Amino acid sequence: MSEPVALKLTAKDFKSDQEVRWCPGCGDYAILAAIQQFMPELNIPRERTVFVSGIGCSSRFPYYMNTYGMHSIHGRAPAIATGLSVSRPDLSVWVVTGDGDALSIGGNHLIHALRRNVNLKILLFNNRIYGLTKGQYSPTSEVGKITKSTPAGSADAPFNPLSLALGAEASFVGRTIDSDRKHLQSVLRAAAEHQGSAFVEIYQNCNIFNDGAFDQLKDPGTRDDYLIRLEHGQPITFGTDGRFCVVHPPGGFGLEVRETSSVRPEEIVVHDATVADPAYAFALSRLPGLDLRNTPIGVFRSVDRPSYDSVVQSQLAAAKAKVTETPEQQLAGLLGSGDTWTII
Amino acid sequence: MTKQIRQLDRVVIRFAGDSGDGMQLTGDRFTSETAQLGNDISTLPNFPAEIRAPAGTLPGVSSFQVHFADYDILTPGDAPNVLVAMNPAALKANLADLPRGADIIVNTDEFTKRSLAKVGYQTSPLDDGSLAGYVVHPVALTSMTVGALATHEVSKKDAERSKNMFALGLLSWMYSRPYESTLRFLERKFAARPELVAANVAAFRAGWNFGETTEDFAVRYEVKPAKMQPGTYRNITGNAALSLGLVAAGVRSGLPVFLGAYPITPASDILHELSKHKRFGVLTMQAEDEIAAVGAALGASYGGSLGVTTTSGPGVALKSETISLAVALELPLVIVDVQRAGPSTGMPTKTEQADLNMALYGRHGEAPVAVIAPRSPSDCFFAALEAARIALTYRTPVILLSDNYVANGSEPWLLPDVESLPDLRVEFASEPNGEDGTTFLPYLRDPETLARPWAIPGTAGLEHRIGGLEKADKTGDISYDPANHDFMVRTRAARIETIPVPDIEVEDPDGDARVLVLGWGSTYGPIGAACRGIRQRGLSIAQAHLRHLAPMPANLGEVLRSYDRVVIPEMNLGQLAHVIRARYLVDAISYNQVRGLPFTSTELETTLEEVLKNV
Ligand SMILES: Cc1ncc(C[n+]2csc(CCOP(=O)(O)OP(=O)(O)O)c2C)c(N)n1
Ligand code: SF4
Ligand SMILES: [Mg+2]
Repeated sequence: MSEPVALKLTAKDFKSDQEVRWCPGCGDYAILAAIQQFMPELNIPRERTVFVSGIGCSSRFPYYMNTYGMHSIHGRAPAIATGLSVSRPDLSVWVVTGDGDALSIGGNHLIHALRRNVNLKILLFNNRIYGLTKGQYSPTSEVGKITKSTPAGSADAPFNPLSLALGAEASFVGRTIDSDRKHLQSVLRAAAEHQGSAFVEIYQNCNIFNDGAFDQLKDPGTRDDYLIRLEHGQPITFGTDGRFCVVHPPGGFGLEVRETSSVRPEEIVVHDATVADPAYAFALSRLPGLDLRNTPIGVFRSVDRPSYDSVVQSQLAAAKAKVTETPEQQLAGLLGSGDTWTII
Repeated sequence: MTKQIRQLDRVVIRFAGDSGDGMQLTGDRFTSETAQLGNDISTLPNFPAEIRAPAGTLPGVSSFQVHFADYDILTPGDAPNVLVAMNPAALKANLADLPRGADIIVNTDEFTKRSLAKVGYQTSPLDDGSLAGYVVHPVALTSMTVGALATHEVSKKDAERSKNMFALGLLSWMYSRPYESTLRFLERKFAARPELVAANVAAFRAGWNFGETTEDFAVRYEVKPAKMQPGTYRNITGNAALSLGLVAAGVRSGLPVFLGAYPITPASDILHELSKHKRFGVLTMQAEDEIAAVGAALGASYGGSLGVTTTSGPGVALKSETISLAVALELPLVIVDVQRAGPSTGMPTKTEQADLNMALYGRHGEAPVAVIAPRSPSDCFFAALEAARIALTYRTPVILLSDNYVANGSEPWLLPDVESLPDLRVEFASEPNGEDGTTFLPYLRDPETLARPWAIPGTAGLEHRIGGLEKADKTGDISYDPANHDFMVRTRAARIETIPVPDIEVEDPDGDARVLVLGWGSTYGPIGAACRGIRQRGLSIAQAHLRHLAPMPANLGEVLRSYDRVVIPEMNLGQLAHVIRARYLVDAISYNQVRGLPFTSTELETTLEEVLKNV
């Protein structure tokens, strides 16, 4: 949806006059800065950009963007954004949500927005905790997590947000990390170019209630061995000197990590985000263990599927194309349709 | 054989049969023929919640009542003069509603041992004398239909299924109805299967001819056209009228209508109807649940559409949090609640007025909205326009309280002239409104309407953020200031309270009534009919009916206080009465019934008479 004329916007144009009120050190700051810096690249006028959020620390996001924005209610942003997007195809609509907002109270709306393929860019700030309500466990918290509401450790298994999104027929699924601005922007770029729903999980540090949740992925000492950087068209290798790789073991259902030295080069999976079968992206989403080892980041899946917006709008356009009367004439015709009788 | 022709001023017929017998369609057709003749009409369908309850059982009985007259009528009639019973279950389920002397036309073919046993008849009521007080017309409807279609190329099953057309033919003959519209209808309905058109037409004619020749029907009736205002009419149900009202609101406002809905009885028909009107720019979305439905509607309103969501009570409960958000955002939103009997799933196909409290108060925080209720099927059209007018002009959610009775009932509707419908055009904000000429203040109000500017995304220079957090007056910035909150809460209340609504009108033809009956919504017809009955007996009574429940008409208190007694009949346990007592300190008498059925005018008349005796 880029404009022919260069708008020459800068990061500053996207900063609102509101004082940012996250805790000092919160990962949300880094995400906000990355997004403000990235937005000018899209060359979409500010007035045509809308951020819709739910409730949570992360959902304060729209207040800080000098675009149109709505801070709505807990979990419902995808539903509200759907109504906006489908009725206003000229807008670029972004949803900002948290792990509780998107996966707990709003789980239903999230999966339905994804299956419909509404033209929304959905950014899930996953800090694996409820931040705003001061530290209860969330649907992405690991089993046994000790929080204010689970002093004996949480008993329920978490969601894997990407697996869930893929199960919901998402046409675009990606993951990135708050602290890696370049990578974050690269995933957003791909998401913005995608027609239809783009679901991006952003690992976000809540330094107050779940500090260090993603440290292994950030610590220079461990990150290279933990992170799998997916690149379209490239064999999936990672670790120092590419010592690990991803293979599809014959007879197995999914993907596995091996020592690169132990396999033939042609056995290494070459990443292709456009694979039609979601089983591939799903297998990628299942690679990480509880300790975050083997965590892929990047674009898992990006396939073409008509967006809900475009189908609905074309139905409307087809119906309107047949109209030759004024709306008032049409209405008079509609009111008087069916069996009528006249009294003189 | 020449038959005697007798003139009647009014008749109530109830068609009853198994869910699969096509009684709704039969009733609809008879209604349409009657409309063509120019009688005034009021209809009431009554169907089971189950789509196909086991055949021949009491829960499977579906019925359609039509009341027609040579004068203007207000209700579908308390008691049928004629019952068409297609099987023993239909007879058993409806007999109690028949006054002695009523005509009963029964399909004797269905009165088999097995069918009788299914509904607990030990002996056949046709033989055991239990119907002695009625005029029973035994007709072998099924076998005569099959016989009439012997030469037709249709299966036995299809032939049997045409028996409703035989019944319709017979009734059309009995009441001298013009049937061309039915023949046209059959041609349309079975356009793809000409053999079925022929069979149904033949069955209809066989029924007609049977009436003409058999000796069992010695009398034929006529009901002369009613004196009605000149103009073009159509018969319309409340749900259809409401849908057209929403389409009209789109045309008259120049805005696209966005409907977010989740299917629920008895509101689904509005979703079905509106989804047919894409050429008007009406966009319908079947959402994943009611919360999403109202959310999407609100999102669309934010983007400059007329956002609408349609549902019934359980759905309104789910939408409550989003309606409160709409109150805070001060955006237009129309919420249609087609009420049904609750709580919970209750009786989904039966009527009730028990969501008034929820509409007025069912939200967290101080979250006032406008509430209006249509009084009759055709009034749903104008009520929808009025709801849209208030929502658009005052930037507020409006709850439209219909109910199953008006939604599925029908009456003739004098088609309005499109140009006479209210002009609902709105102006979106297009430039900064701050004193400095550059800032935009999203919560700076119009001094007259107290509405804030509607600045839709896409408008350059007006980028702003709104949300559920309390907003500072004018700027709309987040504010926790105590005085500001107090001010905003009061302002939101005043916004609704000061919406100008028409004064309530009192109908008191004698001018000396001391008792006022106050109603709201769908009870208008039965209350009106009861008041007429009372006046015909030389007594005086006044009737007033509330369309606007929030805000209430400015003259209401004065009106209420000018009568010795105020009676408030409601299909709930006194929800309006409670409000009236609290607001106006008027010692109103609350009269209630919650049987899932509309009031009958007879019982209301009796109640009102008691009150009159005691003033
Ligand atoms: C209907 C409703 N229920 C509960 C809450 C309280 N609440 C606010 S935010 C939140 C959880 C937020 O967690 P998450 O989505 O992970 O966002 P974070 O604060 O971690 O960014 C809850 C339970 C609410 N605002 N509304
Ligand atoms: S509580 Fe956590 S998520 Fe919320 S602002 Fe503070 S650090 Fe960020
Ligand atoms: Mg969280």
